[in-house]
Amino acid sequence: MADIAHDADSYVPPVETEEMELYHPKTWIGKYVWSQDAKVIAVQYSLTAIAIGLVALVLSVMMRLQLGFPHTFAIIDPSNYLQFVTMHGMIMVIYLLTALFLGGFGNYLIPLMCGARDMVFPYVNMVSYWVYLAAVLILVASFFVPGGSTGAGWTLYPPQAISPGTPGSDMGIILMLVSLVFFIIGFTMGGLNYVVTVLQARTRGMSLMRLPLTVWGIFMATILALLAFPALFVSAIMMILDRLLGTSFFMPAIVSMGDQTSYDGGSPILFQHLFWFFGHPEVYIVALPAFGIVSDLLSVHARRAIFGYRMMVWAIIAIGALSFVVWAHHMYVSGMNPYFGFFFATTTLIIAVPTALKVYNWVLTLWRGNIRLNVPMLFAIGFVFTFINGGLTGLFLGNVTIDLPLSDTYFVVAHFHMVMAVSPILVVFGAIYHWYPKVTGRMLDETLGKIHFWLTFLGTYAIYFPMHYLGFEGVPRRYFSYGDTAFISDSAHDLNTAISIAAIFVALVQIVFFYNLVVSYFRGKEAGGNPWEATTLEWQTPKTPPEHGNFGPELPLVYRWAYDYGVPGAPEDYIPQNVSPDDPRLANVTGAGDPAEARSTPENVS
Amino acid sequence: MTTTLVFLGLLMAGVVWWLVRQTLHVKPWLGAGVEGVQDFGIAGAGAAKGLAPVKVALAVFLAVATSLFALFLSAYDIRMELSDWRPLQEPDLLWFNSALLVLGSAALQWGWNGAKKGDETQRNRGLMAGGVFAMAFIVGQLVVWQELNAAGFSISANPANAFFYTLTAIHGLHLLGGLVAWLKTANRVWRGDDPARIDLGVELCTVYWHYLLVVWLVLFGLLLST
Repeated sequence: MADIAHDADSYVPPVETEEMELYHPKTWIGKYVWSQDAKVIAVQYSLTAIAIGLVALVLSVMMRLQLGFPHTFAIIDPSNYLQFVTMHGMIMVIYLLTALFLGGFGNYLIPLMCGARDMVFPYVNMVSYWVYLAAVLILVASFFVPGGSTGAGWTLYPPQAISPGTPGSDMGIILMLVSLVFFIIGFTMGGLNYVVTVLQARTRGMSLMRLPLTVWGIFMATILALLAFPALFVSAIMMILDRLLGTSFFMPAIVSMGDQTSYDGGSPILFQHLFWFFGHPEVYIVALPAFGIVSDLLSVHARRAIFGYRMMVWAIIAIGALSFVVWAHHMYVSGMNPYFGFFFATTTLIIAVPTALKVYNWVLTLWRGNIRLNVPMLFAIGFVFTFINGGLTGLFLGNVTIDLPLSDTYFVVAHFHMVMAVSPILVVFGAIYHWYPKVTGRMLDETLGKIHFWLTFLGTYAIYFPMHYLGFEGVPRRYFSYGDTAFISDSAHDLNTAISIAAIFVALVQIVFFYNLVVSYFRGKEAGGNPWEATTLEWQTPKTPPEHGNFGPELPLVYRWAYDYGVPGAPEDYIPQNVSPDDPRLANVTGAGDPAEARSTPENVS
Repeated sequence: MTTTLVFLGLLMAGVVWWLVRQTLHVKPWLGAGVEGVQDFGIAGAGAAKGLAPVKVALAVFLAVATSLFALFLSAYDIRMELSDWRPLQEPDLLWFNSALLVLGSAALQWGWNGAKKGDETQRNRGLMAGGVFAMAFIVGQLVVWQELNAAGFSISANPANAFFYTLTAIHGLHLLGGLVAWLKTANRVWRGDDPARIDLGVELCTVYWHYLLVVWLVLFGLLLST
């Protein structure tokens, strides 16, 4: 709780809103099932997302079994293989990463970090989760309908997505599209909450520029998602109509199995534009929360203020805005006007500027920091490495002339897995190790965590680094089997076997993580309120795990930004956001109560 | 995609302008104190400018809905360039339906004016009339669908028809969503709830009705002109 000195109120504006009325459930079901507490909803979102993510992990192992050991496993046929590819991609991108970062971390951290009692619309927040769960169940149902789930690739391009011959073109694709529609409706409910909570429910003293970067990342990603998901919604609705009512939005006149179909004149390219108008911002919907979280992990565990805070905020905003004008770089091979290609290559390369700024700032935050090399820090540093690797290959693919030969090869698979799969997942792990003590009140085991980190980190490089070479050799992606293809060397097959062994290994290593999660919940070391000595408000709650309402009888007052680490003269080396400058413990801190003599180091000023 | 890009460009320009004012001159690292704390957003210490969270939520939702309609219009724009497009002859009943929507919007505006004056009777009558006109509009749209279908203009016959049915359906669904909110407010009136909450409900319904009227006029204009 805020330590309020006698004239502390002179530092913060008076309260102008009423205290929030919280819904108080009386039953266990009201508290943990139909819950309106953002923290419980966060856990519900996270567990659902991780559960469906594990399905996608198993699917990837199935793919690797086929690629590494072709024709060894009778249960994998070409149709299955395409279904595994499709569902793996779709689940990982949307149902795991988007839901986990926004629904999971967003719900847990936004109210706590902003100093709010809960999301502003708790009921809508609850409905958001249940609609998301419905979307997941519809998706899962598609595995069991006749013909199985769709095998059209996660991009669901027409005409093949709804043409006979493609796996799941019967029921699977319909359930996929309906599931996406549900997901988008559920997300919009949650997203409205996240945005309005950040704008309207911050506690006194929490100006926008005092928000931790985690909140900035999730906030901007939510805005992107709210504006970009409608594009997926539009394409899903129009494809459902093409499939069920015989319209021709996307379907051209085609002959299928010897018969002329009733479709006429539709434009598959129109679908691609709509899909990627969502699809590219989606990359940043996943990346921006990761950027925000990793900034906070690096700062807390290096005991150093984030370098260039204001630059970091503006980089997030710039990346968000730019992400809407790069979509057609996913469509270079569709045959576009060269001037369009030039335009989209240029915007794509420009987006590297704010992204690179962030990377420099992360490295400079570490520079001469008092680094505590614990598990969250290891994952954060692992992210910076992997993101640079994946980002550099993005510079290759952003150029039309280089993209054309590399398109649809394993180089692309390597690139997007590095930048958009491994990188965010490393942040997810880092964040779970970081905030698990707040959620459960117990620490995760450090040794198991380090084993988990090193095996996962090195293992993913064993998987994805060699794929760049496969791509250079022209090995195409999405193929069930390569047979005796002349341009694919024998060593490529050996490499595929090695990649598969690494992939299976990394998948198994995750057992260590789940074992740690479960065992630490019961037997982990007691965490206390603030085990990492962090400044942000979620670590200053009177109880750990925080109760419904988060902050006890009075909301905290915020007197400073979120990055007062390594402060000379402070009793520890940090000052929480809610400690007043008049606090007697800060007597030795130079300028703590006087803005004119404020502590600032040149590198903090961006 | 020009329509969508223009909309998003304007929206982003607005957001960036607002954020520049909030953030660019602020130096949060300069210790604790008055500086920085006074630079509040629309809220912080709550609704500094008297905005209820639900009003902000409506504004954000309208941005999302506009994104959706802009994308449909972009798709319309791209699809109509292709050779198989045969313009649809819109039934005259649409003019009547449009008039109903205008009346609904006007009635709610009148009701809101009443709320601002403190005239509860005018407020309640405006609210009721607004809802009834909206329901009449939806019935009218369904009749238009039936007429078109009976005349052989089915959804699958031509992309112009397909867009007509899709766009009117999406617009109608938004209006139905509005009617759910309207029902909640009407229920509050019936129960004699807190007048301030009813006033807020009337205000939000009015804004939403105006928004859907503007969307309809844009759609109707587009359908007539192409």
